[in-house]
Amino acid sequence: MNVMKTMRRYDLALLALSVVTYLIFSFLIDERVISSFWRLQIVLMCINVILAASLNLINGITGQFSLGHAGFMAVGAYVSAVMTMWYDLPFGLALLIGGLAAAFIGIIIGIPTLRLDGDYLAIATLGMGEIIRITILNIPAVGGASGLTGIPRLTDFTWVFWAMIITLFFIKNMVNSTFGRSCISVRENAIAATAMGINTTYAKVLAFAVGALFAGVAGGLFSHYFSIAHPSSFTFLNSFNYLTMVVLGGLGSMSGAIVGATLLTFITAALADYPEIRMIIYALCLILLMIFRPQGVFGNQEFSLLLQRLMKRRKGGKGNGQAS
Amino acid sequence: MGRLLETVELSKSFGGIKAVQNFIIHIDQGEVIGLIGPNGAGKTTAFNLLTGVYKPTTGQILFEGKDISGKKPYQITAMGIARTFQNIRLFGELSVLENVKIAFTMHSNYSFPEAILRLGRYGKEEQIIDNRARELLTMFKLEHVTDEQAKNLPYGQQRRLEIARALATEPRLLLLDEPAAGMNPQETQELMEMIRWIRDQFKLTILLIEHDMALVMNICERIYVLDYGKILAEGVPADIKNNPAVIKAYLGTEE
Repeated sequence: MNVMKTMRRYDLALLALSVVTYLIFSFLIDERVISSFWRLQIVLMCINVILAASLNLINGITGQFSLGHAGFMAVGAYVSAVMTMWYDLPFGLALLIGGLAAAFIGIIIGIPTLRLDGDYLAIATLGMGEIIRITILNIPAVGGASGLTGIPRLTDFTWVFWAMIITLFFIKNMVNSTFGRSCISVRENAIAATAMGINTTYAKVLAFAVGALFAGVAGGLFSHYFSIAHPSSFTFLNSFNYLTMVVLGGLGSMSGAIVGATLLTFITAALADYPEIRMIIYALCLILLMIFRPQGVFGNQEFSLLLQRLMKRRKGGKGNGQAS
Repeated sequence: MGRLLETVELSKSFGGIKAVQNFIIHIDQGEVIGLIGPNGAGKTTAFNLLTGVYKPTTGQILFEGKDISGKKPYQITAMGIARTFQNIRLFGELSVLENVKIAFTMHSNYSFPEAILRLGRYGKEEQIIDNRARELLTMFKLEHVTDEQAKNLPYGQQRRLEIARALATEPRLLLLDEPAAGMNPQETQELMEMIRWIRDQFKLTILLIEHDMALVMNICERIYVLDYGKILAEGVPADIKNNPAVIKAYLGTEE
């Protein structure tokens, strides 16, 4: 079985699908078929997919329960804004620096906290996210409690869409390598993983850093879309929101993170006209989903695997038919 | 035959409990050694000391002449000691193939950027991992279940998979913690043949903990008996079988 060939073919198909999706949506946006309200929602969807996919790497794939994702997003949002506003750096570079700053914070915080397990780690990361937010709140140079305003509006659909595609490819390729497999083995059984020669601390910190990197990029896209970075956009409730997306889609599934983020953004937007009952319906959707599909939409499966299995079953069925 | 592993006055205490005391063993290359003893004698603790799960309270472990006491489990695995667990520890949700692929992680050396961009050594090395994992699974007659989730395998196959996975790390010393636990006599018979075959095929040394005396007496060249954390006896199977101290430890004394 040629591993690389199958992967290449699959990658090309995904890339083609991305290009087609991009062309369709940018055509619809340019022709103003999509209203400005839905344009905003589409941008948010892409940002949320980046956040959900990167959180899924930490929580779903590596099995480290982190509740501090909004904190990393805040670091990226502010650092990249400072880069474009004060240093006039090109947007792409500013995003990258914002992401790297978040990854750096992720490593600093990850090394001590990732010794903890389960609930303890959740509490530690929750606290960490709040510390980041409150620190920013107390830096007057970046606006303190009133937020950082006047950020150039550089984010558009093209930026968020391709940042999303890069994130998804990055994490997908990582998962399908020895690095990703180390992360998965930590989730499955840390004792067995270390007995197989895997440095579990390294795997955890790596997942944490990569997750933080993309959360930072998402933060940069976010602040350059709304022209403002405000501490209240990065509270632990936001972290919960991203976690909900991941759990809804299915912990550990990339396809799930995409579907979860898209679905929740869509539900929130669709209910925008009914503010009185919005939260009730939102909560109801979550409860129903958790009752009927507690493992999330995708469980920990991927869309491609389900497709493969389906094809196999159909082929198997045909074979039987011929035999009889 | 060279000396592969040697322990020097190894001991481990948990608070006031001396789980293992003055544990002195030596293993030569190519041997199959048994470690037996009543329940709670400290056999698994000894294994955990050898594989770095516990740090010894005192003493040294010399593997191929190097002191490995105090090293982390993954470092010890990298140096050439692999193990299985008494209560099977597979990556249950993952496929059989992925279980083995994870154990090859240590031996691939493409970099993180190469993995993300799928360039350079990535393709070649992933292909090697895939081929070798499948090869190993074929050797262990698991080739027909490569895509099954490990947790869904029957018990005997799970044990085999765990051994295959340990071998993927390319050890020179293999530690088996009760490999025959829960097996019926026929499976035990097959296991016995498999252990011998592994030793010859992979040219390695095996240390095993086992309660099944038929198995131990049959395949071990030397046996250590552990009781209350101390080595009670050492010798070839025939001697151990007739050693009054061993019989006493296992059966108690007739009074």
